[in-house]
Amino acid sequence: MFDKNFINKLREQFPILHQQVYNQPLVYFDNAATNQKPLRVINVLSNYYCTINSNIHRGVHYLSQQATSAFEESRKSVQQFINARHAHEIIFTRGTTESINLVASSFSKKYLSKGDSIVISAMEHHSNIVPWQMACEATEAQLKVIPIDQSGTLMMDAYEKLLDANCKLVAVTHVSNTLGTINDIKTIIEIAHRHNIPVLIDGAQAVSHIKVDVQQLDCDFYCFSAHKMYAPMGIGVMYGKEKILEELPPYQGGGEMIKNVTFEKTTYNELPFKFEAGTPNVGDALALKEAIAFMNELGLGQINAWEHELLDYATQKLLEIEGVKIYGTAQQKTSVISFLLGNIHPYDAGIILDKLGIAVRTGHHCTQPLMDFFRIPGTIRVSLAVYNTREEIDALIKALLTVKTMFG
Amino acid sequence: METYTERTLTIINEFGLFTDWMDKYNFIIEMGKTMPLIDAKYKTDTYLISGCQSQVWLFAEYTGGKVCFSADSDAIITKGIVNILIRALSGLTASEIIEADMAFIDRIGLREHLSPTRSNGLNSMIKQMKLYALVFKTKYETNK
Repeated sequence: MFDKNFINKLREQFPILHQQVYNQPLVYFDNAATNQKPLRVINVLSNYYCTINSNIHRGVHYLSQQATSAFEESRKSVQQFINARHAHEIIFTRGTTESINLVASSFSKKYLSKGDSIVISAMEHHSNIVPWQMACEATEAQLKVIPIDQSGTLMMDAYEKLLDANCKLVAVTHVSNTLGTINDIKTIIEIAHRHNIPVLIDGAQAVSHIKVDVQQLDCDFYCFSAHKMYAPMGIGVMYGKEKILEELPPYQGGGEMIKNVTFEKTTYNELPFKFEAGTPNVGDALALKEAIAFMNELGLGQINAWEHELLDYATQKLLEIEGVKIYGTAQQKTSVISFLLGNIHPYDAGIILDKLGIAVRTGHHCTQPLMDFFRIPGTIRVSLAVYNTREEIDALIKALLTVKTMFG
Repeated sequence: METYTERTLTIINEFGLFTDWMDKYNFIIEMGKTMPLIDAKYKTDTYLISGCQSQVWLFAEYTGGKVCFSADSDAIITKGIVNILIRALSGLTASEIIEADMAFIDRIGLREHLSPTRSNGLNSMIKQMKLYALVFKTKYETNK
């Protein structure tokens, strides 16, 4: 399917890829930070503001009704995308970070107290560390960490030992943004559930690469951002099981989330509105629906297969360069490669790669504890998406050889 | 002793020789290698200016009415850029450092390193150098 013609046609849908930076053709390898948007997604966003923009759920007028029904259709499309049981289990947020903060805040208000613990892993993004740290500080609970081995794989024996009677929630990433490790979350969830502990999955790095089925996984919460799945920035999703969402107190107060307000008492609206205070991000929700259609048409299986072909090719080519050390060599990986080139500082390499038109991420990737584990200041991270090509990987390899000469 | 303006003109002229970005960065890398290095005993958290991507240690001392800087960084390009700042400012009086306009950074085409998103600490470095100068000025030069 992914022959040269197909890729060229696919790339035509991404106007941003067809430009030169510093007189060099742009090679975009920072897809784990955010990936690019196809024209059809951009058009939906622009079309929304040209045709039906209005505030939803309260207007009786035509535009408001159109926007409301389109917004709720988007919710249904997300529900189908992750196979949630109910549409009202899909809560729209600003992104993964807000989704996790929502759960951390509401969950800890109800269930966390002194002496309790929350279990996370050593490979978490700061956004799945700090909200829990804040919740633990507020309640005098403890944060416990599942260790990893040198390949960047979670140590499952150690994990189960952390699940004592005080443990109230497990919060683990589906895919490591730095290492690309795909965690065996099915087993992680099963083990936690044997101890009656709910599990939150940070799916930010998974949803554009792996088919996610929240019912099959049986996770209690699943959080992700739209902008890492070919949709705009500023919208994300917090999936939660109906039962647990019903029990949680609201996160923010405001319009939309209420049923009745008097100065004495407010009663809250039903799901999903209880967690969606204020005017939601309607335009981006519509664009997210289009991005899901884009991925479905390509097929996540096909996307994954092509990305793996690129991952294998890039890994092999990188290892041919003397001095390259790859961090994150787990058996199951997405198309992310973190590496160092001899003792060249990742920041130095990043500056030169940038000048050669190659966009990579350098630094600690918001996973400082993980960098401390490997005792390195950071890495160069190449993250591949469906529109990347072998030729772009060749350009990266050539550029890395230039970097090597300059700092050698 | 060259004035601040003369020093920056020298630097601008040096950079004027390069038409190619790669030659410019090779020059910055060379500059990184000739930096007046901070005494190992000061390479501690107290003297650390933490950027997002690379670390810089900066030390300043006040001798004979002049402020002298030494530094180090774990990234060589950052080190080269710090050395450019040191060449421009080290050995001047506290007042000269406080008043230095730093526009030459723009003229040698390193403006991008001043942007806050770069997070390489260049901004905080300039701020820190000026802060040292201000502290020395207050401590040693007021009420004389």
